[in-house]
Amino acid sequence: MRALMGYIAGLLFGLGLAIGGMTDPARVLAFLDIFGAWDPTLIFVLGGAVATTFVGYRLVLRREQPLVAQGFHLPTRRDLDGRLIGGAALFGIGWGLSGYCPGPAFASIAGITAPLVAMLVAMIGGWFLARRLPATS
Amino acid sequence: MDVTASLHGLIGGVLIGLSAIWLMATLGRIAGISGILSGLLAGGSQGDSAWRLTFLLGLISGPLILILSGSDLGNVVESPGKVVGEPVGGVGLMLLAGLLVGVGTGIGGGCTSGHGVCGLARLSTRSIVATLTFLLVAMLTVYLVRHVIGGGA
Repeated sequence: MRALMGYIAGLLFGLGLAIGGMTDPARVLAFLDIFGAWDPTLIFVLGGAVATTFVGYRLVLRREQPLVAQGFHLPTRRDLDGRLIGGAALFGIGWGLSGYCPGPAFASIAGITAPLVAMLVAMIGGWFLARRLPATS
Repeated sequence: MDVTASLHGLIGGVLIGLSAIWLMATLGRIAGISGILSGLLAGGSQGDSAWRLTFLLGLISGPLILILSGSDLGNVVESPGKVVGEPVGGVGLMLLAGLLVGVGTGIGGGCTSGHGVCGLARLSTRSIVATLTFLLVAMLTVYLVRHVIGGGA
């Protein structure tokens, strides 16, 4: 049952990314290119997603617990540290170079190309590397 | 402004939001792609690996279903109906970009979905700071690549 719930969530996410145009790196980069031919599509995707989630989370988190799991797993940290900001900055460079963030990169597997394989392999390698880094900053 | 692209963007965004709500309502988890998938690679408890894996399969099958069904809901620039766009660079550039995205989201604790969608919806200070950081750095990167260095991506 948990696996089915996960599949439905992934399916909705993949459909949303594709319909929203996020599986097109050129469209993502055109949004980031504020001094070029700016493409506002990503604002609508992010805005629509945040607004929907904002309302839905408030309804869902009133419940005692999730339907098929025990307890909600919510981040509790509130401090700002070097790992958060440094990590976000490194991610921003990679995103700006490629137009791929993790979701669209994996969702684009249906249109697989050699550069996309390189992107995915390096990203997975990066996740392993990040786990090796010391936890203090 | 391309109204059709914007409307598709809004519909896509709502679907992503529904995915995030669904994952929280059923499994009590944040819909952060980098967290879900890096957690899958790291192993962990078997109960968690199964839904992480099926989430990945769902993520891939969404666009695949659009392609196989001949749907015209794709939103690739100047290619109406196309679902997945071409990469903007070769293998070398993508190796570098992928490594930065992997390391960055790994140590920063999230990406566009975890910090950007779910974190902003929770009004998390950490996520707001992370999202502003990666958005501004990505814009600066595109500016440098396209308008200062010229050529390239």
